[in-house]
Amino acid sequence: MKKVFVKPVSLTGKQWHYCPGCGHGIIHRLVAECMDELDIREKTIGICPVGCGVLAYEYFNCDMLEAAHGRAPAVGTGLKRVLKDRIIFTYQGDGDLASIGMAEIVHAASRGEKISVFFINNTVYGMTGGQMAPTTLLGQVTTTSPYGRDKDREGYPIRIAEMLAPFEGTAYVSRVAINTPANVARAKKAVKKAFETQMQGLGFSLVEILSTCPTNWGMGPVEAMKWLESNMIPYYPLGDLKVKEG
Amino acid sequence: MAKVLMKGNEALGEGAVIAGCRYFFGYPITPQSEVAEYLARRLPQVEGVFLQAESELAAINMVYGGAAAGARVMTGSSGPGISLKQEGISFIAEAELPCVIANISRGGPGLGGIQPAQSDYFQACKGGGHGDYHLMVLAPSSVQEMMDFALLAFDLADKYRTPVMIMSEGMLGQMMEPVEVREPVTEQYAKPWATNGCAGRKPNIVNTLHLGVEELEERNRHLFRKYAEIQAREKRAETMLTKDAELVVVAFGLLSRVVKKAVIEARKKGIKVGLVRPVTLWPFPDEHIRECLETAKMFLSIEINMGQMIEDVRLAVNGQAPVEFYGRIGVVPSPREVEEAIMAAAEKGGLV
Repeated sequence: MKKVFVKPVSLTGKQWHYCPGCGHGIIHRLVAECMDELDIREKTIGICPVGCGVLAYEYFNCDMLEAAHGRAPAVGTGLKRVLKDRIIFTYQGDGDLASIGMAEIVHAASRGEKISVFFINNTVYGMTGGQMAPTTLLGQVTTTSPYGRDKDREGYPIRIAEMLAPFEGTAYVSRVAINTPANVARAKKAVKKAFETQMQGLGFSLVEILSTCPTNWGMGPVEAMKWLESNMIPYYPLGDLKVKEG
Repeated sequence: MAKVLMKGNEALGEGAVIAGCRYFFGYPITPQSEVAEYLARRLPQVEGVFLQAESELAAINMVYGGAAAGARVMTGSSGPGISLKQEGISFIAEAELPCVIANISRGGPGLGGIQPAQSDYFQACKGGGHGDYHLMVLAPSSVQEMMDFALLAFDLADKYRTPVMIMSEGMLGQMMEPVEVREPVTEQYAKPWATNGCAGRKPNIVNTLHLGVEELEERNRHLFRKYAEIQAREKRAETMLTKDAELVVVAFGLLSRVVKKAVIEARKKGIKVGLVRPVTLWPFPDEHIRECLETAKMFLSIEINMGQMIEDVRLAVNGQAPVEFYGRIGVVPSPREVEEAIMAAAEKGGLV
């Protein structure tokens, strides 16, 4: 019988600690499938963030590091400068990348570090219990924006992909989502393209992946997917923002 | 081999190259900048990488990545920059990654000043960042030792899988002396733990998260078993005229050379005075100090700060003799001033 669906070798198979309906499981799988398909598992080193993805080293079946909060692009820079022929990826949430790690991501992108960044934007700090993130939408209620994010009080949400795409050092920047099967398929293509961009030595690659946090949004998984579609995508439009060809 | 006239910061940089270091991640700060500038020129000549990071935070985390990759990696800074690096240093110590960190010290607190100081002793020796950990800390006293201790530091770092700090007064980084350039180090340590791709083996993980209660405690105990081994094997100190000394001066770094001269002058005046110069500030050479108790009636800690190492001297002496202090800030005292401090202490102790 022909196998049409298997667990990627690039995942350990350990049971997720993620909440039911969380997008991390889908995204981990996409990254792992791409590593399998590109046959790069044995030369890939991944870097976990601080946040819900902190335990990703238990799930990816390749060499892994766990970085301090926001510092993954700097750690990745150190790795890549030593191991020029290896594939380096960081896996970072919105608090990690867009708040405390803003300097590291901006400068890694600006230098054109040949690493791939998978940036998971679910508009909240997940692990610490649903606080406001730089990407929290206007009006969105979180535990630290209990009256809803107000532009005059908390300022505006940051669009990371749009910010980094114009940099000379970025070779591939894309925004995708995991709310529908079609979008999941597009997300996988983008993840693969990011790895390929790095393999071709073209420069820095980043895929912003819109994801869900049903627990901290106070919704069921299906409702959360719908909320992503009707609230996040209008503010964070999908598509490639930068594609440098080899 | 003929000696070469070198600046302390350059000798440190060249020492790193001789030790096989090919990666330096740094950020400019006075009085350390020549370490970075020297390696920016030098490392590309040996197919190495110098990278000026966007911040001290980024630099130390690049070191974290480079060390995890298995390379000999270094960063350098001074007071305020070393403060910024503390987050990364705590992670590196916990992850047991070997690397070398240079602190070409200046005076603080705050922005302080660029004058020579030893005010970062507590920060270097008592933790610095969060959690229970230690760095190994070497205190050179000459430009030659700036080079030699770079070699020693990389060896100790690899041997014990631990970050090693070289801490010198800013003045030692800036001054020039003749240096005998050492032979390149060829010994390589196997690093089977490195995250450099898992071809032919199970994946390696470099991690500092330990959520299990027993796991975290055991992790700390593991680190402290290693520190106990380092304390047993690696305490280093230089002693001078301590055999019959009634007054023992304790001083480190460049300052210790000034103290040597003052000790000789005080001897001429009939004071039985000697010197213990800690070479490793951590592990602190407490046994070298305790050995002096056979003849010592008092101790005098001389430092370029308000009194930091004196706490370790007191712990070593453990109440068996009084420990006095003489300190300056942002100034290397002259031999004459140190001699006066020695005479004053001797008088106070009834040793004149």
